[in-house]
Amino acid sequence: MIEVDLDQTEIRDLNERLHRLPPDTNERAWHIVNPKGRHAIGVGLDGPITVTIDGHVGFYCAGMNKQAEVVVNGHAGPGVAENMMSGFVRVRGNASQSAGASARGGLLVIEGDTSSRCGISMKGADIVVGGSVGHMSAFMAQRGNLVVCGDAGRSLGDSIYEARLFVRGSVESLGADCVEKELRPEHLDILTKLLDRAGIRANPREFKRYGSARKLYNFNVDHAAAY
Amino acid sequence: MTVDPRLLRTSHSFPPQVIQEIHRAADQGVYEIRGFGAKRKLPTFDDLVLLGASISRYPLEGYRERCDTNVVLGTRFAKKPIELKIPITIAGMSFGALGAHAKEAIGRAATAMGTSSTTGDGGMTQEERLSSKTLVYQVLPSRYGLNPDDLRRADAIEVVVGQGAKPGGGGMLLGQKITERVAGMRDLPVGIDQRSACRHPDWTGPDDLTIKIQELREITDWEKPIYVKVGATRVTYDVALAVKAGADVIVVDGMQGGTAATQDVFIEHAGIPTLPAVRLAVESLKELDMHRKVQLIVSGGIRSGADVAKALALGADAVAIGVATLIALGCNRPVYVEDYHKIGTEPGYCHHCHTGRCPVGVTTQDPELEQRLPPEQGARMLKNYLTTMTLELQTLARACGKSHVLNLEPEDLAALTVEAAAMAQVPLAGTNWIPGKNGY
Repeated sequence: MIEVDLDQTEIRDLNERLHRLPPDTNERAWHIVNPKGRHAIGVGLDGPITVTIDGHVGFYCAGMNKQAEVVVNGHAGPGVAENMMSGFVRVRGNASQSAGASARGGLLVIEGDTSSRCGISMKGADIVVGGSVGHMSAFMAQRGNLVVCGDAGRSLGDSIYEARLFVRGSVESLGADCVEKELRPEHLDILTKLLDRAGIRANPREFKRYGSARKLYNFNVDHAAAY
Repeated sequence: MTVDPRLLRTSHSFPPQVIQEIHRAADQGVYEIRGFGAKRKLPTFDDLVLLGASISRYPLEGYRERCDTNVVLGTRFAKKPIELKIPITIAGMSFGALGAHAKEAIGRAATAMGTSSTTGDGGMTQEERLSSKTLVYQVLPSRYGLNPDDLRRADAIEVVVGQGAKPGGGGMLLGQKITERVAGMRDLPVGIDQRSACRHPDWTGPDDLTIKIQELREITDWEKPIYVKVGATRVTYDVALAVKAGADVIVVDGMQGGTAATQDVFIEHAGIPTLPAVRLAVESLKELDMHRKVQLIVSGGIRSGADVAKALALGADAVAIGVATLIALGCNRPVYVEDYHKIGTEPGYCHHCHTGRCPVGVTTQDPELEQRLPPEQGARMLKNYLTTMTLELQTLARACGKSHVLNLEPEDLAALTVEAAAMAQVPLAGTNWIPGKNGY
């Protein structure tokens, strides 16, 4: 395992080293210490490496990740794994707002709570939150799955497109065009597999499913008040 | 009974077009959505004139003495700044709003002229990457089609905060233009009205923008110039904040800037014209001692080499053209007139980009209509237009005695109206009066 101390190494140097790894690299296990809330740690990774970060990270950790596995043994600032393409990102603590924003692929696991706008504009990724999510989560969520093992704040799934939302606890309110939907066997199957991959113990049958009513997909004057 | 036409008095408050719009609103219950840019009368660069050389300064000989036009963008932080042969770039327009033929034609023409073209909402197509030697990749609030591979394939990155046609508003692409390919690029179902958010999903405010720019630089290893584009509203503050956030280049888009589909009320009533926006942006850069260090691109209603010359004289480093690009490709050309009629308009008046039924094949996804714009032909027309603009620009710059178009300066300008004098802060022609200066 290669250890990088961010008290001794600039973020620029760390990211450049990670970006320059050849596809067949043997340097696959990286251990980052003293992140101390610094921003843009491990962004733009593109390879089957594992990056373990001991401590708290700032904005955009693992942003636009491809293939890599990133584990944060701490809390994460805004936009963790934003626009992730593939791979796996795990936050052992809590995450701030916009976790997994516009993420297209891969799996983001937040073991604690996450703030507002979790999964905003998500475009195909899977996000599993062990705790609760804040307001406006899954705003304009297009594709993918958001699993919330705790509660969801107000306006969940506002203006949602085709993403699936699963919430075990309470939902303060649903956003425009977001409705509760039947939890059918195929959804239970998706949920079971996601919880399993995330390593989070929860009974899938305790969840409710939410998604788009598809009433705002094309403008209708009678729905103007919903916009 | 015949009506005496002298008795027909038009209301100033309710002329026929206003009456028609109220009737339309009463019938449909929704605002008008359309393409193109502002149609109302606004102060423009036409309200300025250039002061050619005379005895106090001498002109350069046209065709014989050099008047260079090259410009370098992104010199502040980027490892690989962009060098363009002309200071006229192609503004961001999405695949989706435009068809693939139009995008390819734009890329070819821009490459032939040594300038850049720009992607738009919806991501980068292979056609435009292959056809554009220098391609600016937009990062928009919707994040449609955004991915790190295209970030790295781009030559520059433009973080879009706002657009002149709709500052503070998001995008809109109506369902009739959401084909399978467009929907696939945007991760949306086919045929739905596609809305783009007005704010970025993972940052708000200048402090966050600083960190967002840092992330984009990290992902691209600090190679690419980072532009920040704003719609012209509170220009002084926006430019200063973009500089503070770390932009290499700032794009200020005035309210005459075009759109593929936006509410008419937005197009006509939000933002400020390009003319005062340039001056405010330059003042803001100078106040920070960043003029020419952070480059300024101005867009919104640029139509001719004269407009370019005046924008540069006010202190811009380059301009971007959008609507004029489409017109060069054939927009509003009087051909296929019956197809203009089918969508309820005439050549010269069309702003129906939002319908996807563009009679000349520019703003459409319909394969049959697109055949009307062969990319080679479109590229030729756009190249001709860009060449003409450049020659016009050089003509005026030489007449002002400038061996480089970036040497044009405010002292080369006079205003024809009090409003333009106040907005551009150049003297009213025939006077030394600049409104607001020296206690007047």
